[in-house]
Amino acid sequence: MLELRSVSKHFGGIVATDGVTLDVRPGEVHALIGPNGAGKTTLIAQIAGDLSCDSGAVVFEGADVTRAAQHERVRAGLARSYQITSIFGRLPVLDNLALAVQARSGSSFSFWRPVASESALADEARAIAAEVGLAGREDAVAATLAHGEQRALEVGLALATRPRLLLLDEPTAGMGPEESQAMVALIERIRAQVAVLLVEHDMDAVFRLADRISVLVSGRVIATGVPEAIRSHAEVRRAYLGEGAGA
Amino acid sequence: MQRYAPLAVLVLALAFPLAVQEPYYLSFASRIFVYALAATSLNLVLGYGGMISFGHAAFVGTGAYVSSIFLAEGVASAWIGWPAAVAASALAALVIGAVSLRTRGVYFIMITLAFAQIVFFLVNSMKAYGGDEGLSLPARASTGLPVDLGSDVVFYYVALAALAGAVYGLHRLADSRFGRVIEAIRENEARAEAIGFPVYRYKLACFVVAGAVGGLAGVLLASHGKYVNPNVLHWTQSGTLMVMVILGGVGRLWGGTVGAAAFLGLEDLIANHRIDWLAAWLPDYQQHASLGVGAVLLAIVLFAPQGIAGAFARRPRA
Repeated sequence: MLELRSVSKHFGGIVATDGVTLDVRPGEVHALIGPNGAGKTTLIAQIAGDLSCDSGAVVFEGADVTRAAQHERVRAGLARSYQITSIFGRLPVLDNLALAVQARSGSSFSFWRPVASESALADEARAIAAEVGLAGREDAVAATLAHGEQRALEVGLALATRPRLLLLDEPTAGMGPEESQAMVALIERIRAQVAVLLVEHDMDAVFRLADRISVLVSGRVIATGVPEAIRSHAEVRRAYLGEGAGA
Repeated sequence: MQRYAPLAVLVLALAFPLAVQEPYYLSFASRIFVYALAATSLNLVLGYGGMISFGHAAFVGTGAYVSSIFLAEGVASAWIGWPAAVAASALAALVIGAVSLRTRGVYFIMITLAFAQIVFFLVNSMKAYGGDEGLSLPARASTGLPVDLGSDVVFYYVALAALAGAVYGLHRLADSRFGRVIEAIRENEARAEAIGFPVYRYKLACFVVAGAVGGLAGVLLASHGKYVNPNVLHWTQSGTLMVMVILGGVGRLWGGTVGAAAFLGLEDLIANHRIDWLAAWLPDYQQHASLGVGAVLLAIVLFAPQGIAGAFARRPRA
């Protein structure tokens, strides 16, 4: 459903992604792992449309979206979450999610009718809040949430766009073990409805969730395969997992 | 009680011409309404949309000049000149916004300022319409109705109606779908795009609406004094409008109105009411009214950063 054809990005003389070719199949959780600075976040940004591609193509569900604006890709069903939490801090949780629902339901060039009269938006936002474990916190101002709750809202915002492919950039970043468990459980729940491209450092989570894993080192994919294959891949072990890791 | 405060102010404003016959104060109050309208339109982009436009005078000036040119050319009907002026301002906002909104931060501030200066020099060079000396109008526009704009009382009510309409419109807009989107963009532009909003288009729409309303303020401004000159487009005029918004409250419904009233009121107070003990100390202090306004602005920024309207509001905002 997603196909990357030798996607590259350079920042000045620094090569962030270097001819990445990758595919995500319908219904799969595809994990993207690699050491810090490997280009994982850059690649997510290129797929989502935050960053342009110097060369190569991004094909989503058969359509070339390489030149499409980010909001167009979101409308096509390609949504992302951010490694560094990016929410509407001064708005309540419910308004955060309702905005994302609003973005895909009807025109927002409506200047007169109070949005509060549209109960469908709030109802759906409430359902998403419950889905990501924020039931009962709908009225809390987003910036006042605990870190784990903000991470849940971060993923909730992406989910609320009702994507067909969800790009999750380190959803468990900075989380404690319990919160991580909850996030893994959330991904387990949603994987039936949406394909996921998951950037993650927590190897337990990766090996538990992933159908396939791609390893990115210095902007290049050095291996793609099922978890067992990656675990035993000599080059991967040398470059990334290191001695004893993944055991 | 706060819910009824706007209504009480409106009733007072409606009754004002009946109570105060003095032409000076009637004209002064009309002037406040016109500036309040301009500041309110700037507050839409600046406060609600988070776009620091330093060129709002371009739209006020375009409205002022286009409506005046219609009159100078003998088209007296307000039904033609006024909508044309507002449309011209909207068009100017569309063109200036389409370019400026490609930039962010300090670049946006500078490019809007630059565009406004371009319009300023353009108007300065229009010798047919007075050039730098400005354009005196024989009379205000006519409506073809038994509503004589030439009467200062009638003009007062027209200006009041325009302001009341703008404030109510802003109130509706802020709670509408569109209002939510521009609030989201102000809060976190990248995220607004990442949940599927075409951010640029919304910002441009916001900019154009503000430009059109600013144009209406310009129409009224020229009409009020029956005179327009290029200073209405000068960058200091953009600065004055910004000061009004900051004084009153950035991103607050009444920010523009309160700010314009405070600014013009203070200026008038300093210039026209001699304080003897201050004059004994600084004999010509009245010639430096802007210094007084500056001191008050400084005090507001330091002690009431939410502006005057913000200091009296129940819930914090923006």
